[in-house]
Amino acid sequence: MEAMLQPVADLFGPTWPAVWTLLKIVAIIAPLLGCVAYLTLAERKVIGYMQVRIGPNRVGPFGLLQPVADGVKLLLKEIIVPSGANKGLFILGPILAIAPSLAAWSVVPFGDGMVLANVNAGLLFLLAITSMEVYGVIVAGWASNSKYPFLGSMRAAAQMVSYEVSMGFALICVLLISASLNLTDIVTTQGSGRFHDMGLSFLSWNWLPLFPMFVVYVISGIAETNRAPFDVVEGEAEVVAGHMVEYSGMAFALFFLAEYANMILVSILTSILFLGGWLSPVGFLPDGFIWLALKTACILFLFLWARATFPRFRYDHIMRLGWKVFIPVTLVWVVVVAVWMISPLSIWK
Amino acid sequence: MEFKTFVFYFLSAILVFAALRVITARNPVHAALFLVLAFFNAGGIWLLLHAEFLAITLVMVYVGAVMVLFLFVVMMLDINLERLRQGFWSYLPVGALIGILLVIEMAMVLGGRYFGLDAMPVPPEPMAGFSNTRELGRVLYTDYVYPFELASLVLLVAMVAAVSLTLRKRKNTKYIDPSLQVSVKREGRVELVKMQAEKED
Amino acid sequence: MNFVVPDFYPAAAEIFVAVMALVIMLSTTFARSIARSLGYFLCQFTLIAAAFITIGTMHGEVSYTFSNMFISDLMGDFLKVMIYFSMAIALLYGRSYLADRNINKPEYYLLAILMTLGMMVMVTSNHMLTMYIGLEMMSLALYALVAFDRDSARSTEAGMKYFVLGALASGLLLYGMSMVYGATGTLEFSGVAQSVYNQAANKPVLLFGLVFLIAGICFKLGVVPFHMWVPDVYQGASTAVTLILATAPKLAAFAMAVRLLIWGLFDIAEQWQTMLMLVAVASIILGNLAAISQPNIKRMLAYSGISHMGFMLLGLLSGVVEGDRHFALNAYSSAMFYAVAYVIMSLASFGMIILLSRAGFEAERIDDFKGLNKRSPWFAAVMMFVMFSMAGVPFFIGFFAKLSVLQAVVAAGYFWIAAVAVVMSVIGAFYYLRVVKVMYFDEPVDTAPIHAPAELRVLLSANGIAIAALGLAPQALMSICAYALLASL
Repeated sequence: MEAMLQPVADLFGPTWPAVWTLLKIVAIIAPLLGCVAYLTLAERKVIGYMQVRIGPNRVGPFGLLQPVADGVKLLLKEIIVPSGANKGLFILGPILAIAPSLAAWSVVPFGDGMVLANVNAGLLFLLAITSMEVYGVIVAGWASNSKYPFLGSMRAAAQMVSYEVSMGFALICVLLISASLNLTDIVTTQGSGRFHDMGLSFLSWNWLPLFPMFVVYVISGIAETNRAPFDVVEGEAEVVAGHMVEYSGMAFALFFLAEYANMILVSILTSILFLGGWLSPVGFLPDGFIWLALKTACILFLFLWARATFPRFRYDHIMRLGWKVFIPVTLVWVVVVAVWMISPLSIWK
Repeated sequence: MEFKTFVFYFLSAILVFAALRVITARNPVHAALFLVLAFFNAGGIWLLLHAEFLAITLVMVYVGAVMVLFLFVVMMLDINLERLRQGFWSYLPVGALIGILLVIEMAMVLGGRYFGLDAMPVPPEPMAGFSNTRELGRVLYTDYVYPFELASLVLLVAMVAAVSLTLRKRKNTKYIDPSLQVSVKREGRVELVKMQAEKED
Repeated sequence: MNFVVPDFYPAAAEIFVAVMALVIMLSTTFARSIARSLGYFLCQFTLIAAAFITIGTMHGEVSYTFSNMFISDLMGDFLKVMIYFSMAIALLYGRSYLADRNINKPEYYLLAILMTLGMMVMVTSNHMLTMYIGLEMMSLALYALVAFDRDSARSTEAGMKYFVLGALASGLLLYGMSMVYGATGTLEFSGVAQSVYNQAANKPVLLFGLVFLIAGICFKLGVVPFHMWVPDVYQGASTAVTLILATAPKLAAFAMAVRLLIWGLFDIAEQWQTMLMLVAVASIILGNLAAISQPNIKRMLAYSGISHMGFMLLGLLSGVVEGDRHFALNAYSSAMFYAVAYVIMSLASFGMIILLSRAGFEAERIDDFKGLNKRSPWFAAVMMFVMFSMAGVPFFIGFFAKLSVLQAVVAAGYFWIAAVAVVMSVIGAFYYLRVVKVMYFDEPVDTAPIHAPAELRVLLSANGIAIAALGLAPQALMSICAYALLASL
């Protein structure tokens, strides 16, 4: 690879590292946006079949060109800035929403060594970046200078800060047993243990010993991305569309993109942290990116399934679940795991 | 200029600008957002010092949690800026005098003489495999375990104080106990009554 | 990794109090129906047991633990015992007062015990980090206690004022600490002292930091020019809280001053003595003059507290004269004696206000003391003891406290300071004696019978007797102070 790229590198001279990094970024972002587009289609199809409908089927074969049509429509629409809005922040809102959800991908490993930035504190970086997603919602809601968006952004602020805590505790358990904040290391440590030696490596992944944390993490992930049944932020029955009410065209599309990119991010993180990332579930099959993609797709399906199944939570129930159920459970489990690790029964030695 | 030096000056310039805007912005929400920007750049500067744990924690805690709640409050407040500005000009001369005096004194003491590059040797570059997080964890749980535990008690004090000062049990609040809601049985809600069909004749 | 498990034995009392704080929190949360008295009794139990533990683990030598962040010495042990003692009495005095106003909540006692822990940490710290954390623990709990009567606008306002100014003072202190760290490269007091002694420290930076340290200490002691909060907060807080505020934290602030200045920066004593001199003289003058015109007795006692703290500083500032350290022990033990004496008098004075208050009535004007002799000759006598003692009338504890600091000042050769202090205490005697005058020579305005639980009456009487008895035989307490310091220095 290096040798093959050498002539190109010579062409660019000293700017080559920057160009190479940019190329890698494009190589991540472009497929990601494609995935986002087709995730919207998948969502409509899945929910359609669950509700015994067909879903979009007019644009292209099986409706496969529907996302393209949607994209073109949103691109061509005018962005209307309400007269009472705070203009600068109104424009900044969608940018703040999309930026962190793309930036987080810089530390996500897609395979052994296939990562844009293999930083030591990758897990922390992810926590920090995902904690900033709320700004897009808050700023948009406030800058719109309108009641429903403001209510939506207030809800978002409280909800996302609450679920971040339990998410953080779940991640502490993961980092306790892998003794590293590096995501690649977290995946590699899952590929060892008694079950792995028996060829049943899916039983040695983190999801089994950390089962409560796995559940908490997935549910908190749904809450963090403001997806149904935790979508009170935009709950159309109550606050119409929350922070997005006043947005149209591409500004609205950015929120949309951010939401789906976050969904994929949470899914891929769940796969990496709890489901062994790119490791193959059984001994006789090789590891590879395909496993990561499959696992991510399964979790994404879970997201869509939940949306089609559950009615929306009431706001106080969301707060109760976060503070009175998840945080105590995760706190206790952190202690349990810590004690387990230093006890003779430890399976991580 | 080395690349690192450039990054340092770049981040510092934004940091100073953002910090200035925090105190000069007329709109409190803008001020809070500039504070977020300032935290972010401070985190960047710490990263240059190989303190990645501190940098990321700064962003995570202050940007991700504290400032969100701060914005939450600031957005709900309706601050009358005109009233805040009352008396600004009459206090300015005294305030400016004291401020300038302080700046001069600090400049005299803190000027390059004592904390310049000659007085403060450059720390050695960390070895390969050095992890800021690991090192911090090591000292935090060994040498500094006493203040660390005490700090947790300080947080407890803050929590107890906040709860005891704000928690009110209102009598007419319409609180619903979720556990009762969940444990509802059909028998509690629906009563099936068997009755003879009535004929109209 | 060479980690040695620290020696927990010297810190047994701190650990016990911390554990008990958690026990109080959980037990009062889950036993809501009896939480009020449960919180109170557990709190008193903790204080008494901690006193036994402190005395039990006491030994004459100085020992360090927790990587030298914790120091255990006789001075610390003595101050800790005094802190438990004054907190226990303050909580006992305040209990019926709080119950009458329906703010007798378990959180009150929880905050009080955490505040005690903060003070203990301050008293035993050998490191600026632990000093600061202890200070914050104490202050945060105090801010909340001052605002605890949350339905009273005055108390909330007082809490807010205290919080804002206190946060500013903490910031100043922290800035000073960071400067000292920059100059000496260490946060440990003995390390700082070593660095200053070896002239390794950067003097201008050190002095610059010292200014901020002094500012922080002065705020916590409540002396001029950082006294603005004292009268408002004393008046605004409910009397039970004022009682806490005016007693134990003064001991902790004294310990902070001693640890920072004498343990850490003894070799630049000349510099901080000069600063303290200005502060002390200004406090004595302002405190006494401003107290004269106060009709509110809590405010009057606040100003008198400012002047008392100024007197206490007189002891601290006369330790070193032109490099001669002979007087140091004498001077510092006189300051410690003064602090302890002030706490005993302060307990009794605010205890009297609580005694005369009842549900819906605050005895906080001086007029409320009118004709107390006719209502209760015994408590009028107790109040007279307190006022005489505070004024420095001979043969009460306050007299010997003033005498010993003045001796220290004179021995150090600061005659003009002694002269100012004497003149000002004569002026100060006026407002103390005015209270005595209204008690004995005016007709009562408030004729309701004094209604107070038996334990309050008994303890307050004992407190008054103690003021008189310690005045007749001050030697014991004085020599304890001197011995504790001698064994620690």
